[in-house]
Amino acid sequence: MALAGFANTSSRRTSAPMRRSRVAILLLLPGLAYLGLFFLAPLVSLVITSFEAPNPESFDIGSYVYSFQWQNYVAGVAEYWPIFLRSFVFAIIATVAALIIGYPIAYFIGVFLRGRASLQAFTLILVVAPFFISFLLRTLAWKQILGDDGWLVTTLKSLSIMPADGHITGTAFSVIFGLTYNFIPFMVLPIYASLERLDLRYLEASSDLYARPTTTFLKVTLPLSMPGVVSGTLLTFIPASGDYINASDDFLGGPSTQMVGNQIQANFLKLLDYPMAAVLSVVLMVIIMGVVTFYVRRSGTEDLV
Amino acid sequence: MAQASFADQGADLELSGIRKEFPGFLAIEDLDLVVPAGSFFALLGPSGCGKTTTLRIVAGLEPPTRGRVLIGGNDVTHLKAYRRPVNTVFQSYALFPHLSVLQNVAFGLKRRHISGADSDAHEALRLVELDHVADRKPQQLSGGQQQRVALARAIVNRPSLLLLDEPLGALDLKLRRQMQLELKKIQSQVGLTFVHVTHDQEEAMTMADTVAVMNHGRIEQLGAPADLYELPKTAFVADFLGQSNLFRGTVSSASARSVVVDVAGQSLTVPANRSVRDHGDLTIGVRPEKSQMHAGSAQHPADHNVIEGGRVAEVSYSGVSTQYTVQFPSLGRVVVFQQNADSGGPVAAGTQVSVSWPIESTFGLHDHRTIDVTAAANDAQEG
Amino acid sequence: MRFSLGKWLLPLYTALALILLLIPIAYTFIFSFNDYFKTNIGWQGFTFHNWTNVCDAQGLCSAFGNSLIIGVTSTLAATALGTALALALARYKFRGRGIVSLLIFIPMATPEVVLGAGLAAQFFTLNVEKGMGTVILAHTLFCLSFVVVTVKARVSSLDPALEEAGRDLYASPAQVFWRITFPLLIPGILSAALLSFALSFDDFIITYFNSGSMQTFPTFIYISASRGVPAEANVIASTVFILTLAVVVTSQVITRARAKALKN
Ligand SMILES: Nc1ncnc2c1ncn2[C@@H]1O[C@H](COP(=O)(O)OP(=O)(O)OP(=O)(O)O)[C@@H](O)[C@H]1O
Ligand SMILES: [Mg+2]
Repeated sequence: MALAGFANTSSRRTSAPMRRSRVAILLLLPGLAYLGLFFLAPLVSLVITSFEAPNPESFDIGSYVYSFQWQNYVAGVAEYWPIFLRSFVFAIIATVAALIIGYPIAYFIGVFLRGRASLQAFTLILVVAPFFISFLLRTLAWKQILGDDGWLVTTLKSLSIMPADGHITGTAFSVIFGLTYNFIPFMVLPIYASLERLDLRYLEASSDLYARPTTTFLKVTLPLSMPGVVSGTLLTFIPASGDYINASDDFLGGPSTQMVGNQIQANFLKLLDYPMAAVLSVVLMVIIMGVVTFYVRRSGTEDLV
Repeated sequence: MAQASFADQGADLELSGIRKEFPGFLAIEDLDLVVPAGSFFALLGPSGCGKTTTLRIVAGLEPPTRGRVLIGGNDVTHLKAYRRPVNTVFQSYALFPHLSVLQNVAFGLKRRHISGADSDAHEALRLVELDHVADRKPQQLSGGQQQRVALARAIVNRPSLLLLDEPLGALDLKLRRQMQLELKKIQSQVGLTFVHVTHDQEEAMTMADTVAVMNHGRIEQLGAPADLYELPKTAFVADFLGQSNLFRGTVSSASARSVVVDVAGQSLTVPANRSVRDHGDLTIGVRPEKSQMHAGSAQHPADHNVIEGGRVAEVSYSGVSTQYTVQFPSLGRVVVFQQNADSGGPVAAGTQVSVSWPIESTFGLHDHRTIDVTAAANDAQEG
Repeated sequence: MRFSLGKWLLPLYTALALILLLIPIAYTFIFSFNDYFKTNIGWQGFTFHNWTNVCDAQGLCSAFGNSLIIGVTSTLAATALGTALALALARYKFRGRGIVSLLIFIPMATPEVVLGAGLAAQFFTLNVEKGMGTVILAHTLFCLSFVVVTVKARVSSLDPALEEAGRDLYASPAQVFWRITFPLLIPGILSAALLSFALSFDDFIITYFNSGSMQTFPTFIYISASRGVPAEANVIASTVFILTLAVVVTSQVITRARAKALKN
């Protein structure tokens, strides 16, 4: 489907002869103006906000003036570095888990079911089915299923597998579980898109050349599906590291599982501490850009961009 | 406007001084070409020599870096593709997948607001015997049928010039032969000028009135198929059209009638009017079927070139004839085709033989390296 | 022999993973029939009441309506802007291509909180009142990049010879576009539009930062999450799920039937 386009960009090169034209400018102008106004400008105003200080002439909460208050960053990092660390650890674990769960699914649909088109389509629909139901309701459903009153916890407790005062929700486990669950389709689709194009004769050639199945997988299948793996991990890691639904109190998290997203939201919408929310956003954005650049470079899929 | 010049008659095409550079690559250098009106012209050459690029320049799909394109005497170099009285049958057919066969064929007529487009399209489809599939989509046709639709889509516009870029490349041999005959028939029926690109030399020789052999972005030689075969002018043409035995040597003496060339100590003669020059280094050649092989020492007529001291290295028997490869210590390998009509059976490998051929079958050639600017300049000075 | 392990292990693994993926959907569907009193937690008994009286839950139907309006509007805007960008990127040479591609890629690599907070800060600075308008602007932004990527892939896979054949057959550049390029791009544009609607409809994070007091379906659920989400929300979610599934399955069946018809 559409996400497959994400993986497509990496391996296809346009062969059409390029033309130079004023038409190009007409086509580009509206979209670029939009991106400038509603993407670049907000980023700039976020950076400006991050340097603001409380308005000395006003006692209103939420009133700030610009004053190049770079100390905001020092304060932000000093106070929130453990939460940043937690966010990225959660996101990385969730991404790896989604890859481990998602790759075999993608392989099953793209390679194992090759040639059985209706079965392929059916399985793919099941994979994307969660997309069609509200993200929040899905997560709430898990909260109820894994909750202290749910049958799972009650059963585990009655079997004494879990201590009587144990929980699943509100723990790091349930937050990571939620992140993994919610982003599995993002992982499966791009990997499927690149495995689907994999020519099975490569695998036959490899086994013909005395490679054992594991060797064939590691030396042929995996490298050829790398563009999909890269898009899939990025599509999982980026939203997971900024997520605040799974980790919020009302969903799968608790006070000890707060992620950066929760802090940005709390500072912005509850505490009205706009400069701090901006500081956290800018730091998060910079770290993610760094990770993405490094990752894309390392995996040799730069034309993804 | 150019559209006014659409005619039932083909127009002639003239390319003068065409050069095409792609970033970092020279695809065509200095191409001059005249295709007479109403002729079937074949452009023949190895892959990557610039055939498609030439056609694209004629069609207006690619601007030349330098040079002029004239169609029917009008300079169309700067005319946009959609204003040129030219149509192309694309290498991949390029039939519009979202339109029916009929809509595909009527497309060009409709763009020019010609009345009765649909009935003309049906007629063109009848010409290629596909009117019964007019309502299908192109994907529902076989490869050969698609090719004929592409042809109908181009011909229906009655362009002054029809460009065909390896339209038969994707077909199997049998269908290909059949389509060759059909194309030739259609061309003589409609009387248009056809420029046909191919890298199949047999196709070019059987279909075309005129063949141009192209190599590395330039025309090596141009002429009627038989003339090209009998008297190639360059080593490339001698090798690309059929097979040739080539020898490189130095001219030792020349007269008005003949040129004698010393090739590794052997004197070989070529008629002066069949040689591209009469001094310096010269590559001479002969077709394998013009050569004869003799076991032991035989008497040779005076008007033959003879090379002695060879040993039969390979024998390959193919029914009608036998192909021998003879190894000469000084000259390398020489190929001889011998008809199996004569009695005696094939000569065994290892036999000592000599090879001879009539002097009038010999040709003297430019070879690959000497066809550069200095050689051309020398030739011009002498001419 | 070589693949015997994979023969049953891989399908089994996939089946288990798919069941895991589908559990919350089943849960949501089942609990839409719960005869709940205050909170829709724990099974109280079966009823059709929630299905027949969906709009009883206060604010739910208007939130759902807002989501539809926002989804349609921002999809139209993002599809138009994004298709133009995709065409320019795939078909034209211009200076700064690299920067333009980067500018389109970065919003996809930006976490939604950052996009949401940035836009909210911008609207705050400019004193723009938050509401449906600001949400539409925000959704158009984050859908835009996805549209560009989807449509661009489609443009790049178009055979350039088709457009050349159009030019060769006397079609002016405008005619080439409207009679050849555009019709061939329609499937790509449609799937980009569907993706964009789905993204907009289900978006919570960016919406919450920019919606002010206006509610969409996701913000309605978020706000009622602490008190307990009414089962009527499950009804709406299940309906949307069933409808989408029906659309996807039908389109699959049609494509397949058409492909089969073509083969014969
Ligand atoms: N757009 C382009 N950019 C750069 N080089 C090009 C381009 N188009 C063609 N070339 C180069 O120009 C040369 C001639 O190409 P052309 O397509 O004319 O070959 P051809 O004779 O038609 O070959 P074939 O028989 O394989 O179709 C080739 O070496 C090709 O690589
Ligand atoms: Mg070609």
